[in-house]
Amino acid sequence: MAASPRCGAGWAYGVASGAVDQDALFAPPDEDWQQVSRKLVHLRRLVLLVSLALGTAVVAVGLGLLWGTPGVVVALGACVVGLIWGLWLIPRNWRAWGYAERVDDLLVTHGVMYRKLTVVPYGRMQFVDVASGPLERRYGLATVQLHTASPATDAKIPGLPAAEAARLRDRLSALGEAQAAGL
Amino acid sequence: MSTEPTGDGETPDTTPDTASDTVSGTAAERPAPASGTPEHFRRLHPLTPLLRGWAFLAAAIAFGGQDALRSGEMGRFGLTVVAIAVLGMITGLVSWWFTRYGFDGDALRIDSGVLNRRSRRVRLDRLQAVDINRPLAGRLLGVSELRMEVAGGGKSEAPLQYLGVEDAIRLRAELLARAAGIDADTPEAPERSVHEVPLERLVWSTLLSGVFVFGLVILVGIAVAFAVVPDRRAILGVGWSILPAVIAIGAALWNQLGRNFGFVLSESPDGYRIRKGLLDTQHQTVPPGRVQGVAMRQPLLWRWKGWVRLDVDVAGYAGESTDDSQRTSTLLPVATVEEATTVLRYVLAGSDPLAVPLHPAPRPARWLRPIGWRRLAYGADDHVVVVREGVLYRNFTAVPHAKTQSVRVVEGPLQRRLGLATVRVDTTPGPVDAVIRHRYAHEARVIVRTQAERARLARKADVPEQWMSRRQAPAGGGDPDGDADGDGQQTASIERDQE
Repeated sequence: MAASPRCGAGWAYGVASGAVDQDALFAPPDEDWQQVSRKLVHLRRLVLLVSLALGTAVVAVGLGLLWGTPGVVVALGACVVGLIWGLWLIPRNWRAWGYAERVDDLLVTHGVMYRKLTVVPYGRMQFVDVASGPLERRYGLATVQLHTASPATDAKIPGLPAAEAARLRDRLSALGEAQAAGL
Repeated sequence: MSTEPTGDGETPDTTPDTASDTVSGTAAERPAPASGTPEHFRRLHPLTPLLRGWAFLAAAIAFGGQDALRSGEMGRFGLTVVAIAVLGMITGLVSWWFTRYGFDGDALRIDSGVLNRRSRRVRLDRLQAVDINRPLAGRLLGVSELRMEVAGGGKSEAPLQYLGVEDAIRLRAELLARAAGIDADTPEAPERSVHEVPLERLVWSTLLSGVFVFGLVILVGIAVAFAVVPDRRAILGVGWSILPAVIAIGAALWNQLGRNFGFVLSESPDGYRIRKGLLDTQHQTVPPGRVQGVAMRQPLLWRWKGWVRLDVDVAGYAGESTDDSQRTSTLLPVATVEEATTVLRYVLAGSDPLAVPLHPAPRPARWLRPIGWRRLAYGADDHVVVVREGVLYRNFTAVPHAKTQSVRVVEGPLQRRLGLATVRVDTTPGPVDAVIRHRYAHEARVIVRTQAERARLARKADVPEQWMSRRQAPAGGGDPDGDADGDGQQTASIERDQE
């Protein structure tokens, strides 16, 4: 996977003041940030299209029976709005995902509306989950999740290429074992 | 995958012995056929089947009896009850017979099950707490339940139901000695009472709780309604409909009063101990270095008396229902601020949370928290991070850096407009959460960075899991935990050696 620092121009936010601060907060520029696979965008687009199509069909039939043609038009309109919004949001969300392996801890950042940065020390890791659903598998992707003794720890990295996921899993468990601390 | 240091290595799980049963277990002298279980392993108390089964039998009688009364077939009902009793007696006895426990290397092993044999190993170096509980029926029959928390997967690990009173105490002493990393034959460490809650204060604290006032308001409302409104039947209807609420209020009051009756907190080399309970008694032991966070809380009405309560996070305690968590996570049900401060210093050895300088939240926070923003503050020293918040219900939280599981920054859309962010210091599940709300983004960034660094350093200096072992094999390095802690532990281990 290409290591790309996430503080490029495309990352800048539409907030007038403090945009630099914001970036520095959620993606400290001096770390070696890794992005998740671009295929995640394709995967999420597919999921969006299918679910929107199904949802719209159901709603359109329902509203159509209730109000006739105007109902169908409303449903289709809502579908278009949802589609545009989703298509606009998905790449942004993808770009917001990032992780960095530091000496003692793993950084994970994500979110567009609600931006989050999680710092998980390797020594605190209880176990690592690697999951890959049927759709993810089709795209050759996997999700890696770190668990600590706190259920609130939010360290999930979706959309990793299978090889990278395996590498990360092995590296994390090796580091976790080496630095393991008691509760 | 990875290390899973959560403790018990469980063999494929089986149905837990849902022994439904009745009978006094007297048939105990036969050779043990259980394969694979070492000979020295012991059985639970012979009254176990009776105690575990009586509730089930009572339910059967109650339901069946109703049915029988309605249909008038008392004979058949009697037969059914006898059949259930005999069946339950046999299954209970069999399950009791096949359940044995004992030490196996550095773990406690519990073998159980008849068709599906189950063998659990509870790793003692992961021991977070040992409780001896005595339900009312158990007190009458002279048995108690021993519960070990090893912070594994949510549910409480391996309650040993039931043991003789002496057996339970002996087993606890051995568990703690082995977990501490010293000789297993060391007798139970002496304890020194730190704080006792006077009954009068406990009663007052219950009367001054919001729940009680709420209940009082409801009762007064009903009384007034009775006096004023002529239509009695309507009021009765309303009264019936709020009955569940009244019961809930009663239960909440009982939680404070009955469960914390005779509350004694004492300290010992094995950590802090709590003894409490009116009908069901509970005796908790939490070894040193197991406290994941402490919160000092003050309900509105307690301010008048200057009282606070202390809640504590111990891994494994909050795994079950909120009710259980409430019961086990109380460090002090009610105390003055000075007393609470002393206890706080004791459980977070080597640090003084109340002396940590606080940094109030910045001015823009007033848009997100118009009332309480002035009280929002956080602070950190070398040992703990503390958070203060709450206007009506005051809350002061301290989390040791060594217990930080992870650190998060979250920023919502509104916060972004104001240039704020919230930092969360994650701890094991429980009533204590350190959330540093609404800081400037640049400040949040510094907090996260320094917090991660402090946690890293503190982890290295933390009390070892085997809390006595460090003294026995001095590593030569200085004691990084500060004087209070070091001295306490030093004398502690000597005391134990002399015993």
